Amino acid sequence: MIEQTGMITEEASSDEPALSSFASLVDIPVTVIEPSRGLSFIDLQAFWHYRELLYFLVWRDIKVRYKQTALGVIWVILQPLASMAIFTILFGVLLDAPSGEVPYPLFAFAGLLPWNYFSFALTRSSTSVVTNANLVTKIYFPRVMIPLSAVISGLVDFVVSLLVFVVMMVLFAITPTWAILLLPLFLLLAMLTSLGFGLWLSALNVRYRDINHLAPFIVQIWMYLTPVVYATTLIPERFRFLLSLNPMTGVIEGFRWALFGPGVTDTVLAPAFVALSVGIALVVFFTGLVFFRTTEKTFADIV
Amino acid sequence: MSDIAIRVQELGKLYRIGTAAARHDTLRDALASLVRPSRSFSGQDNKASNGSHFWALKDISFEIKRGTVIGVIGRNGAGKSTLLKILSRITEPTTGFAEIHGRVGSLLEVGTGFHPELTGRENIYLNGAILGMKRVEIDRKFDEIVAFSEIERFLDTPVKRYSSGMYVRLAFAVAAHLEPEILLVDEVLAVGDAAFQKKCMGKMGDVAGHGRTVLFVSHNMGVISQMCPQSIALREGRIVDFGDTREVINRYLKTLQDGNRAYAIEDRFARYPDRDIVLTGSSLLDQDQEPTDLVIAGQPITMEFEYRTRNNPQYAEISLTIFNQLGIPVSHLNTAMLAGPLGPLGERGHFRCTLEDTPLPSGSYRVALAVHLHGRRVEEHESALEFDVDDSGFFAHQSHAALQYSTMLLRHAWLHGKA
Ligand SMILES: Nc1ncnc2c1ncn2[C@@H]1O[C@H](COP(=O)(O)OP(=O)(O)O)[C@@H](O)[C@H]1O
Repeated sequence: MIEQTGMITEEASSDEPALSSFASLVDIPVTVIEPSRGLSFIDLQAFWHYRELLYFLVWRDIKVRYKQTALGVIWVILQPLASMAIFTILFGVLLDAPSGEVPYPLFAFAGLLPWNYFSFALTRSSTSVVTNANLVTKIYFPRVMIPLSAVISGLVDFVVSLLVFVVMMVLFAITPTWAILLLPLFLLLAMLTSLGFGLWLSALNVRYRDINHLAPFIVQIWMYLTPVVYATTLIPERFRFLLSLNPMTGVIEGFRWALFGPGVTDTVLAPAFVALSVGIALVVFFTGLVFFRTTEKTFADIV
Repeated sequence: MSDIAIRVQELGKLYRIGTAAARHDTLRDALASLVRPSRSFSGQDNKASNGSHFWALKDISFEIKRGTVIGVIGRNGAGKSTLLKILSRITEPTTGFAEIHGRVGSLLEVGTGFHPELTGRENIYLNGAILGMKRVEIDRKFDEIVAFSEIERFLDTPVKRYSSGMYVRLAFAVAAHLEPEILLVDEVLAVGDAAFQKKCMGKMGDVAGHGRTVLFVSHNMGVISQMCPQSIALREGRIVDFGDTREVINRYLKTLQDGNRAYAIEDRFARYPDRDIVLTGSSLLDQDQEPTDLVIAGQPITMEFEYRTRNNPQYAEISLTIFNQLGIPVSHLNTAMLAGPLGPLGERGHFRCTLEDTPLPSGSYRVALAVHLHGRRVEEHESALEFDVDDSGFFAHQSHAALQYSTMLLRHAWLHGKA
């Protein structure tokens, strides 16, 4: 189904442009520009060639983000703490939601950690192509780098809140187990999920501008469909598999499992469910990639 | 390996008609039309499916040899930018193909990706990377770029505090140090002060001398003829001329005038027996007195009107009214306001009117002209001259004044105070 044409074929692999020297005549890259047909997939060669630009896009996002708000890091630390406090009062105290052997505040924080990252990465990436219209219409580079850089730059906030979390672990005297070594895998799943949906939404956003308003709304509803501040045990057993259709369930359950150790949080993290989450994330990612790459040819014309 | 740098064959680009705003749909409408596909009011609902299209470029074929510098000229909307965008791979062609031998650097705008919050130093790296430079390359050229830009002292100041001149100089300095094998340059020299433009052109000239292939779009005929031995003329998406620059420009300027209006002098004298003066031609001159067809907002521009007389009239009063494309009179200029009557006239000659600053928003304009001889109106033209304006360099940070809200651009300053 996927025809790997791509609009561009770079035939030479030399990395450094060699200027007007006779020796270079042999490996002058030839670019053929023609209308593309069918669906496009990723062009890894172009991606590699422009890797430094990806670095600079991420660097710019981070720099600007931390420069613009005077509060900067403080805001990043306060935000999850504040939501943790609110949810602790609401769910932990008033509703007495179960959180296994883990104190509720920590339990909620462990869910908010990946969730806040996801919601940031998704909202940022879904508007990213439109907000970078000036780049899209003026230079060529693999467009995928735009939503990707949004997803990557969100990691800085994540790391800051992770540090806050570590401090809390120490305060609550909880020692992590070997399972914590698998945390990066679940983070990767969160990135994959946000990038997958980000690819879909950012490409749609070029044509349909109301995605701008829709994305925050989707994220809001999505949060309550995900066991961020409650445990999956709250859901009747026969509906639980429905939860795992949501890749973020896998991520959050995975985070708790990795941070607190197996069997501690009362989760029902059946490996089959995680596999399903991963599978769905992969499907969203690959279809998103194909959709993005296939529609990106018109970005510069309509953005 | 051949010595061809760019080969283009039967290239065409189909665009959907419409302004930027009309190109966007809303998801709501799209969903609504999914639900009720039959209900389409006046075809508006499914503009995506059967909206009208037009060829912005059609049947473009040419070859460019390695190491040549080629100018591209044509009126606004002729397809120049579209051609460069296709060759830079920003947009895809609809038909045909192009083959490019070598690494391409394109400069369609100065300061692409500049971020106001970042410092000059940071923006050099960012912009360099965006233009396709490697990090080590930027490191290597950094001092040179800074020296060229003449902003050493402000290197660590956020560019939002820069004056427009500094901003443009920095942006240019980065761009001028691009060293691809093939360079595609759009109307970017239009911004910036004259002295700095010269410096950049010098640098670009060096570039041309180093065996690089350059495709250069400009409305400035002076620059084109100075830099490009050969030129391509585009008209309504097609190549109408390709060859020696001087000849191409001459033919181009002629078609411009023919296109505007025919001044058949003898004819006019015959048709208007009571007129002792008639207009025989008009043209637009930039600040170097070179013919041009584009007015750069913020820069001086001279309108020239050639005339012939009979029966030896002595003095003439001229009045001009500039209309924008919405038909709104933007300004009225009159010899009575400044110089008084012009003359003695002689058999033939020209009137020139220079606008100092040209604070006009981007768009198309026409100039209506009336000539009075000894207090009597003897010659008039609804459209004695037409021109396009580009305002992208007028304010520090490029932004276009929307025509429906602006008839002119006002120099202004912002200040913020906290209570
Ligand atoms: N993205 C676009 N969508 C629809 N029409 C466009 C788009 N870009 C340019 N056009 C139209 O294509 C024509 C050629 O434009 P352009 O290449 O910018 O001309 P030039 O650079 O010679 O002024 C113009 O009529 C312009 O309005």
